[in-house]
Amino acid sequence: MSKTHAIIASFPDTPSLYHAAEKVRDAGYKKWDTYSSFPVHGMPAAQGQPRSKVPIFTFCGGLTGFSIGLSIVWFMNFFDYPLIVGGKPFFSPVFPFPIMYELTILLSAFGTLGGMFITNLLPQHYNPFFESDTFLEVAGDRLLIAIEARDSKFDAQNTRQFLESIGGTDIEEITA
Amino acid sequence: MASSPNDSPMSPTQAAILSKVQPAELVEQPLVTNDRDFNWVTNKICRIVETKTPTWWWVCMAVALLTASFTGMGLAYLVSTGVGVWGLANPINWGWAIVNFVFWIGIGHAGTLISAVLCLLKQGWRTSINRAAEAMTIFAVICAGIFPLFHVGRIWFAWWLFPLPNANAIWPQFRSPLEWDVFAVSTYGTVSVLFWYMGMIPDLGVLRDRAVQRLKSGIHEGAGWLTKGMDVFRKYFYGIFAMGWRNAGNHWRNYEMAYLVLAGLSTPLVLSVHTIVSFDFAVAQLPGWHTTIFPPYFVAGAIFSGFGMVLTLMLPLRAVYGLHDLITQRHIDNMCKICLGTGSIVGYAYIMEFFIAWYGANPYESFAFINRGFGQYSWAYYMMFGCNVFTPQLFWFSAVRRNAALVWVMSIFINVGMWFERFVITVTSLANDFLPSSWGYYSPTIVDIFTFFGTFGVFSVLFLMFVRFLPLMPIGEVKYVMPQGDPHGPSDHVKGGHH
Repeated sequence: MSKTHAIIASFPDTPSLYHAAEKVRDAGYKKWDTYSSFPVHGMPAAQGQPRSKVPIFTFCGGLTGFSIGLSIVWFMNFFDYPLIVGGKPFFSPVFPFPIMYELTILLSAFGTLGGMFITNLLPQHYNPFFESDTFLEVAGDRLLIAIEARDSKFDAQNTRQFLESIGGTDIEEITA
Repeated sequence: MASSPNDSPMSPTQAAILSKVQPAELVEQPLVTNDRDFNWVTNKICRIVETKTPTWWWVCMAVALLTASFTGMGLAYLVSTGVGVWGLANPINWGWAIVNFVFWIGIGHAGTLISAVLCLLKQGWRTSINRAAEAMTIFAVICAGIFPLFHVGRIWFAWWLFPLPNANAIWPQFRSPLEWDVFAVSTYGTVSVLFWYMGMIPDLGVLRDRAVQRLKSGIHEGAGWLTKGMDVFRKYFYGIFAMGWRNAGNHWRNYEMAYLVLAGLSTPLVLSVHTIVSFDFAVAQLPGWHTTIFPPYFVAGAIFSGFGMVLTLMLPLRAVYGLHDLITQRHIDNMCKICLGTGSIVGYAYIMEFFIAWYGANPYESFAFINRGFGQYSWAYYMMFGCNVFTPQLFWFSAVRRNAALVWVMSIFINVGMWFERFVITVTSLANDFLPSSWGYYSPTIVDIFTFFGTFGVFSVLFLMFVRFLPLMPIGEVKYVMPQGDPHGPSDHVKGGHH
């Protein structure tokens, strides 16, 4: 018992993929995506996608790192075991700056990678697309647009005709 | 989208001048030569890991493992006996260990410069060399880490460097640049791995999909079990690490943002790492170390040595795998020019140190520098000066840059010179300090020599594993800079129009 998951259509080159994406966007589809083995310059705008949310995760990571850096030095060299070094104050925000700086970067980087995974809903080791031979050719030079069945505008007949009308070839149904 | 320069309105004077001068059209050299298509790029890069292991790889691996075993033996002897097996003796208690540490960590800096700084500067030529350079960074940091880790002598206490509770209830001392170094280097290593891994996810996906394609197509019928078994292994090995990457536009959107952010984070990181390494010296009040020029001078030296190492590694790989269309003459030219630029900064720093030593009128400081040039270690100083200041100046000539064999030899000179720079800085200042009665002369022992030369083996083993099992170049990024990857058609690119 298989159910349609998406309809995919191939495009011959990068400009035609780009312009087709603009048309899918303008037709009002929401649950769809382009597939290419390289990032296409300006594609997010052509697909009507907003700015990526990854920097939010970076910021949270960085803030955590900075706070940890500041507080461990305060706790360790001032509060828990005051350390006398050259008669200097036990704590100042200046001398541990390299610690805060490095931990800010460290946790920002973790936040960024984690944010990339979260915003992309990865890891997701299985997906119905992987069953399609056409889809696997994206790794080489195939360029695809896929409109998913969960889109409210999706209609097996109309969507197929629409993809043909914007220049799509090798139209194929992906089942799940 | 900016219009190309030819369309911008010109004033009559400008037009008159231009028609008189008739400037030559600035032709941008393509980054992928010979009009290659997407499939060619994918195949070229993927075939390196998909075909049978070449014989030269086994030979190199055997030599590398043998060399690496020297580090193993040196360290085993050190741990079982004590740090006395090294050539350290009063007053020189910082010998080859710190020299080797700074040398290796400096090498790493070019990888981050290529992947991060050149990404922010939108240098398209970085794409084909950045993956290997990042791998070089990580492996160089591993080699660097060996030395501070083992120079503590009782390696089982090395975890005291980290702010973890221990039985003595004593915490690290955060005013020490050495403690800053622990944080800087461990952050640098970790962030480099994250950046490297994230950049590799799409390519791991490509390798996974190709393995699945081959398994589905049944081309394994009749072929040996090993051929099929390897593809099953690839399907799962690359599949697990690709995390289900699907090449979707949405994936790329978030990936590109994350990549840009990581580049933005790595740029201040790479500058801070060698700055903090230089603080290990500059914060001490020793003549020859206590100078404010150290941070920028160390960073420039690190990038210089790192690009030297990138050339040392990439030129043979380019020849062996026939990557001339991906690593073009333009790439080599650019790398040579960066060596020239940073090498000149390093040369300027050498001369400026002498000037300040004289101008500062501090007798100890003046002595330290006169002693470098004319004292017992002057041979090392001239080695350093010759390799680092004169060698890169030859890169002014395009005939030199076009001679791959010569460039390779010069890159070795740069590596040697930069090792001697660290030797000169560390040892000359310590050997002849304030009291002539306590002066000494440092000589390495055989254990020092074994341990250091072995790290080249450790590095080579790791690099050979990388070349064999992981994608050597970021396939997606190379396609991005090709004319076919431009959504506005190839013609736009040929003109050099940028948007």
